[in-house]
Amino acid sequence: MKNRNKHINRILKPKPKENSTLLLMMAPATVFLILFNYIPMGGIVIAFQDYIPSFGFFGSPWVGLKWFRYLADMPDFFQVIVNTLIIAIGKIFLSTLFSIVFALLLNEMRSKFFKKGIQTIVYLPHFFSWVIIGGIFVDLLSLNGLINQFILWIGFSKPVFFLGDNHYFRGTMILLEVWKSFGWGAIIYLASITNISPTLYESATIDGANRFQQALYITIPSMLPIIILMATLSLGNVLNAGFEQIFIMYNPVVYSTGDILDTFVYRIGLVNAQFSLSTAVGLAKSVVSFLLIGISYKLANKYAGYRIF
Amino acid sequence: MMVKNRNRSAIVFNVINYTFLAILALSCILPVVHVLALSLSDKAACSANQVKFLPVGFHLRAYEKIIKNADFLRSFWIAVLRVIIGTTLNMVIICLTAYPLSREVKDFRWRNLFAWFVFIPMLITGGLIPTYLQVRNLGLINSFWSLILPTAVPMFSVIIMMNFFRGISNSLVEAAQIEGAGHMTILLKIFIPVSTSAMATLSLFAIVGHWNEWFQGLIYINDNAKWPLQTYLRQILLPSALEGSLTKDKIQDLKYLSNVNFKSAQIFVSMIPILLIYPFLQKYFVTGLTLGSVKE
Repeated sequence: MKNRNKHINRILKPKPKENSTLLLMMAPATVFLILFNYIPMGGIVIAFQDYIPSFGFFGSPWVGLKWFRYLADMPDFFQVIVNTLIIAIGKIFLSTLFSIVFALLLNEMRSKFFKKGIQTIVYLPHFFSWVIIGGIFVDLLSLNGLINQFILWIGFSKPVFFLGDNHYFRGTMILLEVWKSFGWGAIIYLASITNISPTLYESATIDGANRFQQALYITIPSMLPIIILMATLSLGNVLNAGFEQIFIMYNPVVYSTGDILDTFVYRIGLVNAQFSLSTAVGLAKSVVSFLLIGISYKLANKYAGYRIF
Repeated sequence: MMVKNRNRSAIVFNVINYTFLAILALSCILPVVHVLALSLSDKAACSANQVKFLPVGFHLRAYEKIIKNADFLRSFWIAVLRVIIGTTLNMVIICLTAYPLSREVKDFRWRNLFAWFVFIPMLITGGLIPTYLQVRNLGLINSFWSLILPTAVPMFSVIIMMNFFRGISNSLVEAAQIEGAGHMTILLKIFIPVSTSAMATLSLFAIVGHWNEWFQGLIYINDNAKWPLQTYLRQILLPSALEGSLTKDKIQDLKYLSNVNFKSAQIFVSMIPILLIYPFLQKYFVTGLTLGSVKE
């Protein structure tokens, strides 16, 4: 009987053939990933070469760490790192804070209609490209744009040249990112608030806790795990200052405060065609980011049981 | 007395809270309203900065100009084509890839190997230059396919779909296998039909992603006539778009913009597709986001 079952199983599940169907399904993704992800990964070697296009990824002369030494001596490069860190950390911190506060305040709204309406509107900017947002805000932030008209109207004497003044550029970028993403970022916190058991609030009300106390002692502590998780995961982004936004909105006047690693890589690589130097910068950034992502996943897994698959 | 006090402070809080959130929501919608107003206004009123949130000297001349503008129409069409072809390819690959990865090792011997194979590119990338050089080596520069093929496998979406497929009851699969169904049949007849919400979410992400993408067009396509809409818009909307030194003209352009009326109309038309699918996005994206980010 046992043997027969085994036999039937073998007929029902002819293993090798089954696997070949599954392999066939994997084939397209495998081809694309090799062509556009794995071969470029191999292309990283040009960071250690004097890359000459006609010689290919492996035929160009090796120069060891020449480009990394060159970078270390480059005064601009240090400023670029500082800019990247300021903009990225500013964005992470303020976006997170703003999303949490927004979620808490929205949760205090009793009217379902307003709640839904406000959510509908604040998610919208997330879905517009930086080209569109940039196009709108270059106009709004110009010297005679709507925002400066408002600034003059409330009594300031001079308009602010947000996109052409090194004092304001980084702050403008950070606030614009917060504006674009706080609604979207709040979804995850709103979801965690929805999961809080209503009985907690009921018993708190019986004990005489007001809404502020309920928020302070029930809502915020219940959100804490997700806040910690999101904060940990954002560690991997401290070198990502937001290429698309900066690239769209910066200009040579604000290079000294607005130039970040990714725009630097773009300009050296594709504008000046210094392929090897540009790849070296990209590699240095990736290695640090990779370590940070590794650390953040390790921490997230340890303290919040988070895993990808 | 105490109850009364509490009521009063609750009312004060409510007023402040509703006002604050209303202002926040206004700040998100007013820029769009402003663009719409500019696009419908008189040219002279636009340059004189008279337009706030309502059109001044209403007319549709800017939109008439768009309909006759060959550059705009062509790039709009390229973007539509890209959304259709790109999203279709993305979805086919997502389903084909997520299915084997959702099987257990006893059913698919190399499952873990392939899971890592898909996962690793999310962590390590070749970076801008090696990717650009590879696209060039493949002869895709100036080709429409340079907008489609390099991002044909959306790794993150594959992993979301894989997790979704894993949640489908195994008894369904076994029943189908006893009926003699192969993996392809199971995927097409069982998995895809029960995953419509995940499919909808991921397609919407892909549509928005393809519509909004402009950087690939910029670096892979030198011929302006082949640019998708967003790449074209970047060129006309943003003064820094022209590489090289900043001339006096360009600084002037950054300070005081010219031809705002026509530019605004083009911005607004490029927003329309997003606004059209926005109700669907709203319906699905919350599930999509929570699907992807946190698992119990």
